[in-house]
Amino acid sequence: MLEIKDLTVEVVGKEIIRDFNLCIERGEVHVLFGPNGCGKTTLLMTILGIPAYKVKKGVITFKGVDITDFPTNERVKLGMGMSFQHPPEIRGVKLGDMVNIALGRKEEKIDESVIELAKRLNISVDFLNRDVNLGFSGGEVKRSEILQLLAQTPGFLMFDEPDSGVDVENIGLIGDLMNELLGRNEILSKRGRSGLIITHSGFIMDYINPDRAHVMLNGRIACSGIPEEVARHIMKEGFERCVKLCGVLNEQGDN
Amino acid sequence: MNKEIIERAQRAKAKKALLGEDVDIEYYTTETNEHDVLASLDDISEDYGQDLLNAGIEPSEKDRSGSFLQRDRSVVFSRVKYPGLELMSTTDAIKKYDWLKEYLWKAIPVDMDKYTAEVELAQSHGYFIRSEAGSKVTIPVQSCLFITSDKIRQNVHNIVIAEENSELHLITGCSVSHTVNSALHLGVSEFYVKKGAKITFTMVHNWGGGVEVRPRSAVVIEDDGVYISNYILVTPVKSLQMFPTMYCAGRNARATSQSIVYATNDAKIDMGSRAVLQGEGSKAEIISRVIATDNAKIIARGDVFGEAADAKGHIECRGLMLSDTATIDSIPELKATRRDLDLSHEAAVGKIAEEEIQYLMARGLSEGEATSVIIRGFLNVDITGLPDALAKETKKMFEMSLEKVM
Repeated sequence: MLEIKDLTVEVVGKEIIRDFNLCIERGEVHVLFGPNGCGKTTLLMTILGIPAYKVKKGVITFKGVDITDFPTNERVKLGMGMSFQHPPEIRGVKLGDMVNIALGRKEEKIDESVIELAKRLNISVDFLNRDVNLGFSGGEVKRSEILQLLAQTPGFLMFDEPDSGVDVENIGLIGDLMNELLGRNEILSKRGRSGLIITHSGFIMDYINPDRAHVMLNGRIACSGIPEEVARHIMKEGFERCVKLCGVLNEQGDN
Repeated sequence: MNKEIIERAQRAKAKKALLGEDVDIEYYTTETNEHDVLASLDDISEDYGQDLLNAGIEPSEKDRSGSFLQRDRSVVFSRVKYPGLELMSTTDAIKKYDWLKEYLWKAIPVDMDKYTAEVELAQSHGYFIRSEAGSKVTIPVQSCLFITSDKIRQNVHNIVIAEENSELHLITGCSVSHTVNSALHLGVSEFYVKKGAKITFTMVHNWGGGVEVRPRSAVVIEDDGVYISNYILVTPVKSLQMFPTMYCAGRNARATSQSIVYATNDAKIDMGSRAVLQGEGSKAEIISRVIATDNAKIIARGDVFGEAADAKGHIECRGLMLSDTATIDSIPELKATRRDLDLSHEAAVGKIAEEEIQYLMARGLSEGEATSVIIRGFLNVDITGLPDALAKETKKMFEMSLEKVM
């Protein structure tokens, strides 16, 4: 589904990601852990093709197509979707309008199909009529993002910190919908969707079961492994120590 | 005719306006052919029909309680369909009602500047609309001031009166035929909102790149009266300056002004609203959204003067710059003359944020589509206080106007 080779990325002249490699197969969900500032968000923004994130080197292939130079909307057309951590406020553009746009409809009213979708996230009609992200709480942003992805139904989904700022009541709901979006309710052989989730807290791990976990440090994947184990190491020992443990395990495995 | 008024006008003939570029009135002519009266509004030639539609005027008269059309300096159509409403040319109204002199030049001084003087001295009609006491016609009246001859001056004097506890909804379209290269429109409009009455005034300006426009408007609102103005200008204009004043004279009088301006090419626009809060507990809100592109120059004004107890006023002015050769000057002004009132303003001018475009692109829109959605959103002011059908209509007019520029 997605293959990243030798990727080096600069943001305002500063190298954030270097010689980065990652491969996510069809039906696979990967989780990427890492401390703040390690380059996780930069990676997602680069995969999505946001121009401020400049690819200096390397190739991104999506569904067999080299998309390294594609504008964002062309990547989206190929089936990419993203839940933003800090989406911008847009005055006069309602959340309901965003849902219509994500549904691929133009200048439509906020009608039953939008309202029905919103109900699944406990989002009211009043809320659909609010300017998108304007004065939204942290949890409201997450629900609004998931709603837009539900409308968009991409084949490859990226979630940037889907669990930050979400209250206990809603984290289960978000987890359930993420599983649905990622097609995790399907039996293994039928899973067609893939995903990349980034988290620094790991709370969302209680609700979804990714196939593989990576730890990112200083713009590179420092170690990879079974999600539960990686998460456990991080919780207990912190990121650096986890990487060291990984290294030991990997060496043992190699031998 | 009142001799004193004429004398005052004579003395103000050369008096330049405080704001806006000085217009050479004499460059434009008052001599033009009289046009024939129309039996029905849609008798107007198809060619002109589109010019009317562009200004929100419905030639079929569908969903309108009355219609008035002035072409150049001739009133060619005036008909009211609903009881409780009166509609005629101001000239006829002056002849018919002796009491009208209590309203003429009472809200606006005739010697305000050379434009008001010109309207008095060389008036070419204008409309008179009045809702009778207690009458509530929620279907709008439409009036259109239409210019079809080159180089003319159209000097109208409009009077709108909502008698006690009545309701009056007016759509005014000022339009110029696509065949006209240059013209001058001077429009004096005096609105009187009596006790417990309500006037909503939705105005679409559809000028051309060679038209100079100097409206002079004022509104007097009595106890518990409500005045709502919605103004839309998205088509080219050479120069426009207006600064209507809303006098909240009575207790709990309320005034709202919302303006949407999209200025292109070399347009010079100096516009805004002023509210004077004279009545106890009166309230005013002035909202504007202005966009400047190409070499357009916009001055967006908003003044609120608080002079009465428990008065409340707010100005919200947002500007969006789409070019490095355009300018937006945002000038909100608040003036309080006592303690027990509350005045506020917020003003912001900026560009389209790159991350907003990226966000919309991440939902599948192209860069161009995303820009257009952001601009529409920016101009999207929720219109409150209009009857449902009229609110929808206004939305439609707005969409249609925007359609042309995007």
